[in-house]
Amino acid sequence: MRNSLSILAGAAALGLALAGCSAGGGTPDANNANQVEVFTWWASGSEKVGLDALVKVFNEQYPDIEFINASVAGGAGSNAKAALASRLEANDPPDTFQAHAGAELTDYINAGQLQDLSSFYAETGLNDVFPKSLLERLTVNGAIYSVPSNIHRANVVWVNTSVLTKAGIDPTKAPADMDAWIADLQKLKASGVDTPLSLGTEWTQMQLLENVLIADLGADGYSGLWTGDTKWDSDGVKKAVDHYGQLLGFVNSDFAGLEWDAATQIVIDGNAGYNVMGDWAEAAFVQAGKTYGTDYTTWATPGTDGVFDFLADSFTLTKGAPHEQATKDWLTTISSAEGQKAFNIAKGSIPARTDAVASDYPPYQQTAIKSFAEDTVVSSLAHGAAASISWSGDISSAVGKFGADRDASSLVSALVAAAAKALG
Amino acid sequence: MRKGIKNWGPPLLLVSPTIIILGIFVYGLIAANISVSMSDRHSLKPAENFVGIDNYIALFTEDRFLHSLCNLGIFTLFFLVGTMVFGFLWAWMLDKGVTAEGIFRSVYLFPMAISFVASGVVWRWLLNSAEGDRASGLNRIFESMGLGFLQNPWWSDPTWGMAAIALPAIWQLSGYVMALFLSGFRGIPEELREAARMDGASEWKMYRHVIFPQLSPVALSALIIVGHMSLKVFDLIMAITKAIYQTEVPATYLWIALTSNDYAKSATIATILLLLVAILIIPYLIYTARAEKAHR
Repeated sequence: MRNSLSILAGAAALGLALAGCSAGGGTPDANNANQVEVFTWWASGSEKVGLDALVKVFNEQYPDIEFINASVAGGAGSNAKAALASRLEANDPPDTFQAHAGAELTDYINAGQLQDLSSFYAETGLNDVFPKSLLERLTVNGAIYSVPSNIHRANVVWVNTSVLTKAGIDPTKAPADMDAWIADLQKLKASGVDTPLSLGTEWTQMQLLENVLIADLGADGYSGLWTGDTKWDSDGVKKAVDHYGQLLGFVNSDFAGLEWDAATQIVIDGNAGYNVMGDWAEAAFVQAGKTYGTDYTTWATPGTDGVFDFLADSFTLTKGAPHEQATKDWLTTISSAEGQKAFNIAKGSIPARTDAVASDYPPYQQTAIKSFAEDTVVSSLAHGAAASISWSGDISSAVGKFGADRDASSLVSALVAAAAKALG
Repeated sequence: MRKGIKNWGPPLLLVSPTIIILGIFVYGLIAANISVSMSDRHSLKPAENFVGIDNYIALFTEDRFLHSLCNLGIFTLFFLVGTMVFGFLWAWMLDKGVTAEGIFRSVYLFPMAISFVASGVVWRWLLNSAEGDRASGLNRIFESMGLGFLQNPWWSDPTWGMAAIALPAIWQLSGYVMALFLSGFRGIPEELREAARMDGASEWKMYRHVIFPQLSPVALSALIIVGHMSLKVFDLIMAITKAIYQTEVPATYLWIALTSNDYAKSATIATILLLLVAILIIPYLIYTARAEKAHR
């Protein structure tokens, strides 16, 4: 009796587990023109909220078209990229997929998996509303392959005002350049703050290095790194590596194991003065109940004033997309003023369009919108805009190695080797 | 005895689904993997040329890959020694006879029931390398016990960091090795011990000349099982540190190469990993096959 009961219980448990397999959403149908299958990794948090807001606008603008959400959760997009690669390989592309704008698309472009969207840009007038320098960043050999939905800025220093005030440093004034900032960091350390600058895992280190490179090379010199015009063993890069090494002298010892939010939290908690992080950190400060201007403030990383280090999420049109017209409608929505407003307010980023009304947004975003319209835009390395995936992977590994051994000459030679391999 | 299809047909029919499925999904895919590793498919584009063993040469002359092999070596060394020492020690103590043996056995075995990912998340916190005010995990415990000098950077240490990653692995697998050794101890007939004692062997001599030789097949199995688990370690490292340079092993390097669309490189690393495991497993298989033959 007991045996048959336990078998019954086991069968019930198995049935319950298998029942989970049958869940699913709408299915794409190649013969139905009124569908668009959108592939993203926006499956949770503010990104999911943003996508939902975007879909709401899409449904208002194109009520006939069915939106099919093909999002793949987990791994900050790495699961999704693997799933996407196998679909593209099998010639079963989604109509459009999310990707970081810029050089990260290189592999897909070279493999002939994306369609040129420059005529779409001309038809919808996007050439007039996106900043010129952004368009330059997006253009590959005269063609544009993606439409950005939102813009983030990666050269922002997040400052805990009370920590700085206690050490006698004016938090509202950004140091003029790297040397001045390092002097401030020194002052902060001398005043008893153990870790003046907070830092996290490998990609945040790469982001810090990229900030220093922009500061020491200037916008043009930095952009030249990705085209081969600036040499990686030039004095400017060596100076930047030296500055970067000095900055690492001020960071928390456990940086290699911290995600960005844990590193930002150190500044929020008042255990560090500064953190260099993209502007998604704004949400962390707001959630902690901090007020912009009094509890914390931000400025462009010293030496990068007037430069906007951008990264963007964008959408593509795949070659062989089953629903091409509907996909263009989707791209029209995400690049429209209403679509960008709905998405970016929900996600906490800024719109790519220069005709956005700044007063619709919270205070930090207002400053970002203003500088996005005025500053020189350069591409972020740590977020796929500047270099192809394999190039930035090589740099990431070299930076991770430097974090452990602090060997500047080996970092420079690794950077040179990575560039030689990528630019071939 | 009847010969012909009636004799060998039905058994073959019975095992043929397994043979076909294994042939396609194991050996066929291994062959496909090796063929990718010998192509120049370094991006999403289809492969163009056959490059022979160029990819292997490139990997073995690359500092980064050698670094990952070195990390794997340190990890394997500490993992093997740790599990063998603790597994043996516990089995020996249980064999000596303790009260409530069942409880101790379960306590030591339980960590094995947890997946590497789940325990990795916990150990990520325990092995936090922050010291002083911001210390957490083990460093915090040391500090609050007045043992602040024991605080250390754990896996952030550039040279011996991988030994710290081996800690959770040892914690999880020692119980399993203990179970293996314990069954080995229990398999030795009491008469042998009595006979040794009758002949005047000291306790140490009895272990050295009677018990240990009988345990060596068990020790070998334990070494092989733990060793091949160690070579393919991936989940534990991803859970504790994510895929970063400092704790990179071939399996995490493979994952990075795969996600940056370098199919040839990742297939090459996969083949090397397979060979590494094969070096360990094949002699063992030959050894056990011979031992079985000798028994027959």
